Amino acid sequence: MDILIVIEENNGKVHRMGLESITAAQTMAKGRGFSIAALVMGSNADELATQVSNYDIGEVLKLQHDLLSSYSSDGYAEAVKQVVEKESPKYVFFGHTYQVRDYVPKISAKLMKPFLVDNVLMNSDEEETVFTKQMFNAKLYSDMIAMDEGPLLISFQSAAYSSDNAASGSASVRDVNINLDSSMIKTQSEDPFQEESGGVDLTSAEIIVSVGRGIGKEENVPMAKDLAKAIGGELASSRPVVDAGWLSSTHQIGSSGQSVSPKMYLALGISGAIQHVVGMKGSKNIVAINKDPEAPIFEIADYGVVGDVLEIVPKLSEALE
Amino acid sequence: MKIAVLVKQVPGSDSPLPLNSNQSWLDENGISYVMNECDNYALEEALQIKEENGDGEVVVISLGPDRVQKVIREGLAKGADRAIHIQMNSDGVADPLSLATLFADAIRDENFDLIFSGLQSDDLGMGQTGIIIGEMLGMSTASLAMATELSEGIIKVKRELEAGFFQWVSMALPASITIQSGLNTPRYPSLKGIMGAKKKEINIVTPGSHDVKQSAKKVYVPQSDKQTVMIDGSVDEIVNKLVEVFRNEIKVI
Repeated sequence: MDILIVIEENNGKVHRMGLESITAAQTMAKGRGFSIAALVMGSNADELATQVSNYDIGEVLKLQHDLLSSYSSDGYAEAVKQVVEKESPKYVFFGHTYQVRDYVPKISAKLMKPFLVDNVLMNSDEEETVFTKQMFNAKLYSDMIAMDEGPLLISFQSAAYSSDNAASGSASVRDVNINLDSSMIKTQSEDPFQEESGGVDLTSAEIIVSVGRGIGKEENVPMAKDLAKAIGGELASSRPVVDAGWLSSTHQIGSSGQSVSPKMYLALGISGAIQHVVGMKGSKNIVAINKDPEAPIFEIADYGVVGDVLEIVPKLSEALE
Repeated sequence: MKIAVLVKQVPGSDSPLPLNSNQSWLDENGISYVMNECDNYALEEALQIKEENGDGEVVVISLGPDRVQKVIREGLAKGADRAIHIQMNSDGVADPLSLATLFADAIRDENFDLIFSGLQSDDLGMGQTGIIIGEMLGMSTASLAMATELSEGIIKVKRELEAGFFQWVSMALPASITIQSGLNTPRYPSLKGIMGAKKKEINIVTPGSHDVKQSAKKVYVPQSDKQTVMIDGSVDEIVNKLVEVFRNEIKVI
């Protein structure tokens, strides 16, 4: 096979980014006659196999093993490594999820094969395939190339390819086996849990006023709170504001916080790091105020103001009242 | 307890990012550098563990040209005991596998109990190096740590998962853990610390050659396909225009 897609599970179903990887693989395969297979594993492998077999790929590899029933970085890394060694794909595709960041670097080390991460785009010509990733907090893009025959480990950023574009079909399912024993698994995991949930449900808010590091200090948070009140919106923030302890984590938007799509997202002093953007890029209207004209937030903003949040926000609240 | 902390020097969030003439990398003149944000949290976590244990050693390790000694000195001033500088021109090197090999070779004989590193760098954002080093040195690994607890040869790590979930994972030492920002409050160096840092040892290691497994072919400013309406003028004019946009364009007031 040419491309092996490693499918991740999310609440018993295929993780959305697994479907996006199918689109990416179909895009690469087009016109090149590449064969595609998808690997499913874990306690819900049967269900995942059924779901994935409805797409236009060559086959589904199903891996069931007691030690893979719940996730461990050691178990998953060893399992995928063995499947890759047996099947020798040219490319191994992953969604760039938190789980993938945890275990795929271990496969890279085991196989001494490069892991090209978090790609937003790929372009192939006859000579090479270029994978594009964001660098320097998304202020620059970099075209990356592998200097290796493969198998190459490749991950794609959330929404780099749309799951809506994954072509459907009917794939056969094949069982695969590996050698795994408990001595290979060095970590013990407890059940996932949520912390201080509740509080603010930002997902249903129509208007969100969100603050970033650019507001400077904790004493300036009430200013944004006043604006949220004046315009009838909810207050949210990017991660650095939560890290600094200026607001609780229930306010956080982004990959480790809530994902929102309000009618208006007013970003105050938010630079637009990708970890934040993935949680708010679906907003109907994005208005950004930032003193840095180069801030990546302006690339996704519908309306932009290059200016000082601390000067504009109090007057804006006043005008709205 | 012997703890390595990998620190990287990266362009500050406000630094200009000029490209070099053939767009293969940045023109490093004119960039202002700082310690990578989550590495600063990794350093603080190591210093706190040493202080709670009452003994042990914290070693800061950085790879790059001479300029990286600035972040090494910063680490020493905050309380690290000594440092290793893997000295090489790392401009344009964007290959976690080869860099991790250099780190692993440089520290293999140190037999660290723990390696702490930032989850990812603010420049390249590869997010792999700490895990690869751990794997190469036969250590347990965990990523995205939001808390750590140590007892009797076991480290328990609170890992951040997606969508606001967490999970505790425990593992035997030695372990290489990548640290997420926000898990502690990094200290500032004291005047005494800054003075003391000058006397601390920096062991300079010159690495051999390495295979390159991936590289940046071209670096560029992304073209936005979105039309952004820029609003300018005096503060009062901006405020009036924003109210107008809220009322007539977005229709939220």
